[in-house]
Amino acid sequence: MSQAHDQPAASAVSWWGVLGAVVARDLKLASRRRTDALLPLAFFVVAISLFPLGVGPEPRMLQDMGAGVVWVCALLAAMLSVTSLFALDLSDGSLEQMLLAPHNAVALALAKCLGHWLLTGLPLIVAAPLVGLSFGLSGPALLALVGGLLLGTPILSLLGALGAALTLGLRSSGMLVILIVLPLATPALIFGAGAVATVQSGQSAAGHFSLLGALLIVTALGAPAAIAAALRISTE
Amino acid sequence: MGRLVPLCWLVAIGFALAGLYIGFFVAPTDRTQGDAYRIIFIHVPTAWMSMLLYLVMAFWAGIGWAFNARMASVVARSIAPTGAMFTFLALWTGAFWGKPTWGTWWVWDARLTTELILLFLYLGYISLVNAIDDRRRADQAGALLALVGSINVPIIYFSVIWWNTLHQGATISMTAAPKMADTMLTAMLLMTVACWAYAFAVVFTRARAMTLEREVHTDWVGDLVGRTAGGK
Repeated sequence: MSQAHDQPAASAVSWWGVLGAVVARDLKLASRRRTDALLPLAFFVVAISLFPLGVGPEPRMLQDMGAGVVWVCALLAAMLSVTSLFALDLSDGSLEQMLLAPHNAVALALAKCLGHWLLTGLPLIVAAPLVGLSFGLSGPALLALVGGLLLGTPILSLLGALGAALTLGLRSSGMLVILIVLPLATPALIFGAGAVATVQSGQSAAGHFSLLGALLIVTALGAPAAIAAALRISTE
Repeated sequence: MGRLVPLCWLVAIGFALAGLYIGFFVAPTDRTQGDAYRIIFIHVPTAWMSMLLYLVMAFWAGIGWAFNARMASVVARSIAPTGAMFTFLALWTGAFWGKPTWGTWWVWDARLTTELILLFLYLGYISLVNAIDDRRRADQAGALLALVGSINVPIIYFSVIWWNTLHQGATISMTAAPKMADTMLTAMLLMTVACWAYAFAVVFTRARAMTLEREVHTDWVGDLVGRTAGGK
């Protein structure tokens, strides 16, 4: 750590440099553990396919609840995968080194969220139309579902990362993250599933998308700083 | 602070008795809801307290974090169980009120859902600070969560309102009577004071216990414990 402080060149790495380096590192790590990286997607698909089995294959009902089921499962997949976001870096000590380095911790936090979204959020969005189709959603409804997930899953990654940073290294961090983050994530869920419902009832979902976009902007501006603070608290 | 506790209990019990007496025996029967409305005298004060206490808790937790003031963190942690209890009571009494008037224990109405989410926020805060063994980290992490939650409360509130209005119209209106009778208002205000006093009494007592527990290694706690043990 003293070396990092002695080298002025280290602080010359720009904000974007930190962001790119950390995202590239997380992607590379995931590419070496492909099964781990695919687990959230597998969970997402399996959890969704449980719903028709549980409530019965009534097409009308499945159509009504399809978007909500997809959203809830995306939420749970994000929360279950986010616990390992910082845990591995903590156990091998690299998290402390990254925080000690004279770079911006906010950039680190944002990069971690971006990495998480690329690895879990994006695959879910790609898979969402397929599972939506199995619930009998129409074309415009599927479009609204994907659009909502595009705006909403980054919010889930950001909030989940905050929960993960707060519960870093605790015994039952998985359950804690879910308990902490789910109340905060309800707006995204409401507007995301609401967009599809509005389209299904023949109206424009522009209002929902605007609100989701506003939520994304607010979360993206506030959460990285909060995550950085939480990481400092947890590793102190 | 300790000397205020018996006084707070006295005020809480006195005002609660007065409020309940006026609420149940003096206040007139409501024309539309009959006697079922009388739960309002517990329901509304607890609902007020549940929301207010969350903000107070977040405020003190934030002060404790920002200025490293240990006592403020202790107060914040002492408020959390009381706030959660008031939230639970508000939901519980609301269910009892809903059954005779709306015909159902629970509706996914905007207000009910927001209050439920508030309960989850309290539970999340309590679980987080209890899960962290290191006291300093627990205080700071709890503060961060409480502050994020307090920013989120208005967002959750409005999102739930908008979500609700999309799916179903205003099936439930909180205005039972157009204008409240004076005795009803008096009873409600008395109950509110009682809830305040109760909250103060419980939070002070809990904060004292928590401080003693935290400072158990210091001399003054040793003196205090030795004195009371010797006094017996």
